[in-house]
Amino acid sequence: MRIPCPFCGSRDSREFVYRGDAAPARPTDGGLGADGEPMFDYVYLRDNPIGELEEFWYHAQGCRNWLRVVRDTRSHMISAAVLGAGHATGGQA
Amino acid sequence: MRYSILELARQALSRHRGWKPAWRDAQPRDGYDIVIVGGGGHGLATAFYLASVHGLTRVAVVERGWIGGGNAGRNTTIIRSNYGLPGNEPFYEWAMKLWEGLEQTLNYNAMVSQRGVLNLCHSDAQRDAYARRGNAMRLHGVDSELLDVDGVRRLAPFLDFDNARFPVQGGLLQPRGGTARHDAVNWGYARAASDLGVDIIQNCEVTGFMTDAAGAVTGVETSRGPIRAGKVGLAVAGMTGVVAAKAGLKLPIESHALQAFVSEGLKPLIPGVITFGAGHFYVSQSDKGGLVFGGDIEGYNSYAQRGNLPVVEDVCEGGMALMPMIGRARLLRSWGGIMDMSMDGSPIIDRTPIPGLYLNAGWCYGGFKATPASGWCFAHLLATDSPHETATAFRLDRFRTGHLIDEKGVGAQPNLH
Repeated sequence: MRIPCPFCGSRDSREFVYRGDAAPARPTDGGLGADGEPMFDYVYLRDNPIGELEEFWYHAQGCRNWLRVVRDTRSHMISAAVLGAGHATGGQA
Repeated sequence: MRYSILELARQALSRHRGWKPAWRDAQPRDGYDIVIVGGGGHGLATAFYLASVHGLTRVAVVERGWIGGGNAGRNTTIIRSNYGLPGNEPFYEWAMKLWEGLEQTLNYNAMVSQRGVLNLCHSDAQRDAYARRGNAMRLHGVDSELLDVDGVRRLAPFLDFDNARFPVQGGLLQPRGGTARHDAVNWGYARAASDLGVDIIQNCEVTGFMTDAAGAVTGVETSRGPIRAGKVGLAVAGMTGVVAAKAGLKLPIESHALQAFVSEGLKPLIPGVITFGAGHFYVSQSDKGGLVFGGDIEGYNSYAQRGNLPVVEDVCEGGMALMPMIGRARLLRSWGGIMDMSMDGSPIIDRTPIPGLYLNAGWCYGGFKATPASGWCFAHLLATDSPHETATAFRLDRFRTGHLIDEKGVGAQPNLH
């Protein structure tokens, strides 16, 4: 599998470290809420979709940027890859 | 039909034309007391124990593909109960005890072979960790032996003991561990369950759930029509996320691909199961002679039932570091299966927040060895609505309450378990 790094170009996936689903957002209020539910959701629950998944990859042996990559979990085809601050599929930064 | 030497002789006289299919290829009925989704080892074992232990025979197993086509035919056949944590060890030991009597229970040759499982250590710290785990096993009444280098050398003289980076310093042996023929286990459970009246419905994919006004599950929608059910149990391994999503459930599970490999057939070479302690490589030899081995999962979410080259290289490097002699054996096949990796590396056998829906999932890459106890405990839960005494820790809400069962201690990172 090759990952199209926006900074370095197409590179072997072995240069990257995987961090998983980019959808969960860390709670901004310290996370506990009234019952700890927001932090529980963020740390443990996943949609685990079959098909397109937006996920984090860290280019450890390259430019050392965090990337958001949209990959199909059935075929590993990558349809988008942007630097971590952005959103590969649009939406709020 | 009961399999026996007399039956074999009788069938031989009629030129073996009287053998019947091992199980009925059932058509779906309107409704059942319990519908199990997933015709893998765990689902079939659940159905068998529902019928044989709890006397419930209005039970169906619905399977998307065919019996033996999923992870039941893709694993590396190892059975063991060498866990360290109290939430796990009694459960896996119960599985081991069921393995020991399985063939008599099912009247089916599952080729259970207790040839021993040896975990090698390569440092003082690792030996300490194995001593602790071995003692934890013994406290639960499970056999374990801490071996020094000479003890390992007697069992496996072909290892690279004086490897410059990872010299073999000893190992933890569970003599009762070993292997079983994976698909025969599935076929045996299917045959025995079918004989007791369980309907095994193949090529029947669950497409949704029927619910009542209160939101309770009352059946499943399938590619072969709706099937009503008093209770529905999910045992779909790598597809857990997909099926649970149809019921609106979000779970602490990710799906990852794990590869397995088999070499060409060789003369008897490797006496039991051997695992490398300094990398991830484990190997056993099948009765047909092939070396069956594997290593890490791919490391990223995947529903592709195949793996990629980096892990192939990593596994083969591990093998070469441990036993250089296998470098001359040719690789015959490799394949992949989808693992339901949980957030703490341990399974879930529990009710769900949705009434009528029960969950058996999160087996990571250790599901095969658990098959009998998983079926036993899931059947107990479905029949009695209370967890079996060996599976009380496998709760779905443990992630919320903090009662995690993290054998490896790597936290909420499914790709690292």
